Amino acid sequence: MDIIGKGVTRKDAWEKVTGQAIYTGDHKETKILHVKKVISPYGHANIKNIDITKAEKVAGVRAIITGGNLPLTGEEIRDRYPIAQDKVRYHGEVVALVVADTPKQAKFAADSIQVIYEPLPVINSPIDAINPKYPLLHPDLDTYKKISEVFPEPGTNIANRTKIRKGDIKKGWQESDIIVEEKFSFSPSDHVAMETRCSLAEIRADNKVVISSSSQAPFMIKRLISDYFGVEIGNVIVNTPLVGGAFGGKASVQLELLAYIASKAVNGRLVIVENSREEDILTSPCHIGLDATVKLGCTKSGLLKIAEMTYLWDGGAYADKATDLSRAGAVDCTGPYNIENIWCDSLCMYTNHPYASPYRGFAHSEVLFAFERTMDSLSKKLGIDPLELREMNAILPGNSTPTQVQLNSSTVGNLPKCISELKKKMNWEEGQLVKINDNTIRAKGIACVWKTSTIDTNAGSGVILTFNPDGSVNVISGVIEIGTGTKTVLAQIVSEKLKMDIDHVKVQMEVNTQSTPEHWKTVASRATLMAGRAAIQAAEDALLQIKQLASIVLRAPVEDIDLGQERVYLRGDPEIGIPFNQLVYGYKYPDGSAIGGQIIGRGQYTIPHITNLDPETGAGKPGPEWTVGAQGVEVEYDINEYTYKIVRAISVIDAGKVLNQKTAEGQIMGAMSMGLAFGGRETFYFDNFGRVLNPQFRTYRPLRYGENPEYICEFVNTPQLDAPYGARGLGEHGLLGMPAALGNCLSLAAGIPLNQLPLIPELIWRGKKGSRL
Amino acid sequence: MNRYPTNQRFTINLEINKEWYEIDILASDILLDVLRDKIGLTGAKPGCLNGDCGACTVIVNNQPIKSCLMLAIEAIDTEILTIEGLKDTPIQRAFVEHFAFQCGYCTSGFILICQALLLNDNNPSPEKIKTWLSSNICRCTGYKEIEESIRSVINNIKNQSIK
Repeated sequence: MDIIGKGVTRKDAWEKVTGQAIYTGDHKETKILHVKKVISPYGHANIKNIDITKAEKVAGVRAIITGGNLPLTGEEIRDRYPIAQDKVRYHGEVVALVVADTPKQAKFAADSIQVIYEPLPVINSPIDAINPKYPLLHPDLDTYKKISEVFPEPGTNIANRTKIRKGDIKKGWQESDIIVEEKFSFSPSDHVAMETRCSLAEIRADNKVVISSSSQAPFMIKRLISDYFGVEIGNVIVNTPLVGGAFGGKASVQLELLAYIASKAVNGRLVIVENSREEDILTSPCHIGLDATVKLGCTKSGLLKIAEMTYLWDGGAYADKATDLSRAGAVDCTGPYNIENIWCDSLCMYTNHPYASPYRGFAHSEVLFAFERTMDSLSKKLGIDPLELREMNAILPGNSTPTQVQLNSSTVGNLPKCISELKKKMNWEEGQLVKINDNTIRAKGIACVWKTSTIDTNAGSGVILTFNPDGSVNVISGVIEIGTGTKTVLAQIVSEKLKMDIDHVKVQMEVNTQSTPEHWKTVASRATLMAGRAAIQAAEDALLQIKQLASIVLRAPVEDIDLGQERVYLRGDPEIGIPFNQLVYGYKYPDGSAIGGQIIGRGQYTIPHITNLDPETGAGKPGPEWTVGAQGVEVEYDINEYTYKIVRAISVIDAGKVLNQKTAEGQIMGAMSMGLAFGGRETFYFDNFGRVLNPQFRTYRPLRYGENPEYICEFVNTPQLDAPYGARGLGEHGLLGMPAALGNCLSLAAGIPLNQLPLIPELIWRGKKGSRL
Repeated sequence: MNRYPTNQRFTINLEINKEWYEIDILASDILLDVLRDKIGLTGAKPGCLNGDCGACTVIVNNQPIKSCLMLAIEAIDTEILTIEGLKDTPIQRAFVEHFAFQCGYCTSGFILICQALLLNDNNPSPEKIKTWLSSNICRCTGYKEIEESIRSVINNIKNQSIK
């Protein structure tokens, strides 16, 4: 292979290093109107009165919109008004919109709106939410419209329950000699995409609704605008240019609805809704929190016999994607192990926190923190090396998953090989604790990971290839360039298939839902599989057309025609041939007459055999394959101060096949960095009113340059047979085990179980102090 | 009724990327908004409008400045350099070669903070690099690629100009 696997320079490189890359908020026209939000200062309150009289008189104000007369929205359960009506259920919830000529006028007017609230008791954790003594946040839960795959329990704060019932629970406990049980909890946090969310909308005279949005899901915006507001779906056109980081946070549809509502209020004029950083953290959906109980049983020799888990997800005030997250947390409710007997209840709880959207890893890093920490407890109790325990129980071809999918070597990667590579990279024989001096020890922690996707069973992806007169080709795909470099990988695939110079493969970075074939959503580490397969089909379709045309021109059967170096020729006599550029726009004979025209290649792919889960047992096939990996963290820990420095972070991932070495490493390193920040420092701090106390980068601190560890990335290559060149998904996987590995590492170093996140020195100090009392 | 915001405007001239611009501004307009909305130089990005993230970094009189923290009116009589003023510089080439960007949103700011550092010190210590570059946030990469980029430029610096 010429181009697959190479560190091909990204197709978006030069526009991104010159400032020419255009993002949603860069499209500003002079006639645009600006929208500012009024947001709730409380986590839970009745809205007693909204006084807009002062705001209405501010110069430049074109409209003020408050709640009422708006449809309920939500992807799985329609439980949320885009603008709050009568009641607010989270800090940051939108209460009113102001549309004005300039941002300053809109902001001034928004600040002049006086809202009187009556604060209500707050649900500040999923454990409180399940307690009947606490308020019911959605008394109308039974009346909400919903999809059939979600199971809310009206009269409670449960928005969804997913049950996993595999094997025989009784038997599992009977066969267990050693049992451990651990509890875990962490609060919601944020994605911190550097580009805050932003949407523009315009409603034209011919009823076209034109939206631009920084989104991972423009095709879902198109559907939802149509569903919620009764707009004919073909009249909704969504544009998405380059997106400035997403991490799942831009897979939810929220600001687009506000932009539509605002535009409608000003006779369809073009409006822009941009989040401030504070609004991006508070108002827009966040990273989900979790309270978990994990109970494991195994034999004396360490063979896992049973796993019993209760996951209470902090879905926040509204269901939207949180119910789906709780389902994904059930699908892979254990670590990557062969366990015959599994019981899990995964509940999405309503709380008075910002509601959740997907977050890189889609419920997996969260579950794995709880599960892999419990595995370390088990290894400690057994006196078996933690990696050995995992190796002994590693999931293998022939085993089945919690949702009872029978695995083979294509559908699951090689975990034992990942573990043995990790041992080498971490110098495991040396031991997990190494004394550096009287105050400092070096500690090593590990975790094993797996993930499949849980996207819609019929989610599809299309690719169109068009050719240019010089023989070069354009790749048009609905995949969003959110930073992962997937469109460069698609170009590599097309280059390989058509045996063309990569520089002659051009990529359309922007997506327009009217002219770009649909890619369901750019989520779940599935773009390379789905769009990659569509690209292969499109290339083959184009190739067949080129060969058919060549067959006429060269007067030879199609089967005798071969290609290479942007030319088709007769296999038996390569001298007889014709370059692409004389075919891809049709062939012109010397007398001027022509045959054929611009070649258009078409490809589409939908993952086959994906099913819904059985509501009683969870049985079903959620995704096409499981990527597995083994990860480790090494820290230098100060035994007196309880502070630590993360020195090294290691990932060994079974990638199936690496299509672009540099972008693959970049994905793994970036994900490790994000996972360490989630595990080590990032969380929302709530007060008794459910207010987030740290919605700024001064108080919510992502990793900065120099705070990062040394990264080590290693790939194992067990091909997924139906994927492009065998490549498995890997965009999320570097993150998955980081919180767990860091937790295991620090629990070992500190000598106490650390079962909360983030793992800040204060948590260790509290644990140490508590253990001394 | 106070119909604030005030509309008192000032006409100012700014030198940006060695070209002169005449613009009407409010005294409260920040440099970032003027660059983006009045001049159309959208390479500088709003990330927090609080000086925390560095996505809006530009170079003013050879010093890196977060343009969300500077009023446009303060930029009179200064030389402003934005990402659009850099053409095929070693640091830009290094970012491309080392894959030091993913989504690209923080990239203009990171390139300019690197460029400003190199303008001030063509052989900075790792500690100094850390001090300067920790002013900006990149959420996509793990920073290793950015470190490799600036180091590669420093290593080559004896043989070439950084402009």
